[in-house]
Amino acid sequence: MRRLWIGLTYAVFTILLIIPLSRIAVGAFEHGLDGFATALLRPEALHALMMTGLIVIVVTFLNGLFGIMMALYLVRATWLSRKLKGVLNSIVDLPYAVSPVIGGLMIVLLLGPDSIIGGFFEGIGFKVVYAFPGMVIATLFVTFPLMVREVMPVLQEIGEDQEQAAATLGAYGWTTFAKVTWPSIRWAVVYGIVLTVARSLGEFGAVLVVSGNIMNHTQTATTLVYQDVENFNVAAANGVALVLAAFSVGLLLVMEWAKKRKGVH
Amino acid sequence: MHVEVRDLNKHFGSFHAVKNVSFEIEKGHLIGLLGPSGGGKTSILRMLAGLETPDSGEIRFHGKVVNDIPPQERGIGFVFQSYALFKHMTVFDNIAFGLKVKKATKAKIKDRVMELVELTGLSGFEHRYPHQLSGGQRQRVAFARALAPEPQLLLLDEPFAAIDAKIRQELRSWLRELIERVGITSIFVTHDQDEAIEVADEIMIISQGQVEQKGTPWDIYKEPRTPFVASFIGESTVVDKASELKGFESAAKHDVRALIRPEYIEIGSETDFPVLSATETGIVRHLHFRGSEWLVEVEVKGNKLITYRSLEKETLHPGQEVRVLVHRAYLFNDENSWIEENGLKVDPMPIMI
Repeated sequence: MRRLWIGLTYAVFTILLIIPLSRIAVGAFEHGLDGFATALLRPEALHALMMTGLIVIVVTFLNGLFGIMMALYLVRATWLSRKLKGVLNSIVDLPYAVSPVIGGLMIVLLLGPDSIIGGFFEGIGFKVVYAFPGMVIATLFVTFPLMVREVMPVLQEIGEDQEQAAATLGAYGWTTFAKVTWPSIRWAVVYGIVLTVARSLGEFGAVLVVSGNIMNHTQTATTLVYQDVENFNVAAANGVALVLAAFSVGLLLVMEWAKKRKGVH
Repeated sequence: MHVEVRDLNKHFGSFHAVKNVSFEIEKGHLIGLLGPSGGGKTSILRMLAGLETPDSGEIRFHGKVVNDIPPQERGIGFVFQSYALFKHMTVFDNIAFGLKVKKATKAKIKDRVMELVELTGLSGFEHRYPHQLSGGQRQRVAFARALAPEPQLLLLDEPFAAIDAKIRQELRSWLRELIERVGITSIFVTHDQDEAIEVADEIMIISQGQVEQKGTPWDIYKEPRTPFVASFIGESTVVDKASELKGFESAAKHDVRALIRPEYIEIGSETDFPVLSATETGIVRHLHFRGSEWLVEVEVKGNKLITYRSLEKETLHPGQEVRVLVHRAYLFNDENSWIEENGLKVDPMPIMI
């Protein structure tokens, strides 16, 4: 009986993870190394990978900055009432619960060309939806809880004592943050960054809705894979997917390393 | 530094943590804030440090109001109950922190840190991290770190609470000596009366957000001003009807209660007392061995009294009948409280020979 369960577990693991991954790898080289290279060197593929890269960089930076600030305010701010903090705390988790497609749709409805705010931005020549800013906002929406949820527990655990000790020793806000708070949370931040990068690399639904998936303009790597499959260009889709998968595996390794360092001070 | 506090109040939500507290502390004194947990001691300390803002009242250092001065500028050192050492910094960097923030020169920082390392007996541990130190060593680091920027007031929140009983004893006398040597005005919070009595020049008893009494340990022991102080200092028993006690019939009218400390009571056989009429009969109920003496529970007219007995004297047994003499009692009713000596102790009809 026990053997059966062990066997079943491995079977599920293989069917769900190993087989698709190998299928992608094999499929990518269906037309040999040359086929793989051509698929990746198509102008639309290069552009899509560049878009994904840009989104990852911008989103990781913004999410890092605001995620850390949000975590600090939710844990430390005395000027927020406990009730309000509780409400904010639950709202942070909203993107976990809401489907990314719906998140994207909300952005289109709020900032689309037909909306008031979107119309205003359009008027001053700044396109939000179906352009880069909208894609960043959509990805930010999806990744926002990741950093906050990594940093908050660490802040709660270290408590306020060390920061107050720094204050009685003459250190003001920035010095205290740089010398006392930051060294304690840095590995949680690294972990949060890894999660954010992984999530923004693979984000599909929200970006698809917001970007309009315009080739050579707002297409990202994931939406390109989707389009390649639609066009029965499976080998090319596998090629791009393999690049994304390789990045993810690399991130996983970094994640393991960060996780180990997180507990060490 | 000279510290003065006037009508200090602090609420946490609907909880009135500190109520109209006023006191004054002279330069160079070592003060213990003593009282039960949750009595507002730590809140007072944190308001002095500027880590908590008072709802009303004034705090003055050297006669200058410091209410609006942030903790960074108050010139205080604070030792936290948890020590709050910077755990990613070595002992050296921990102690140097306050000096680095004040932009002291490298050479000066090194001199000062090494001086404190020497003073606190941490030589050889400069490059260790807090998690590599024992509780007592961490406490010393916290102490050295607070002293490094040469504060004028040192505040200690339950400095010995997290240390084993044995090392605590050593650290107490060490701390006392060190503070005396540095000559810094210090205030420490404790719920342990032995600690307060042993370490402090003066004690402030604080209960339910109010100062019950301020004075030297001896004064407070000798003349407790409120029933709370009397019952908090020393082990004692309360007798509801003081008039039932022999020798206190006239002093204690009805509704007067008595608080009796173990050392106010003497027990023995009939031949042990010069004035036998001042004693009464009691029955030994329990004996507890206290390491250096017996703690005896004796029942007199339904009241349970507690006293100590030397190990050198004849050992008593539960159920045994003994004579009990109450030398004095702390009497109180709803309005007043006073100390009363046993009225029968002086022989009413001395025989002249």
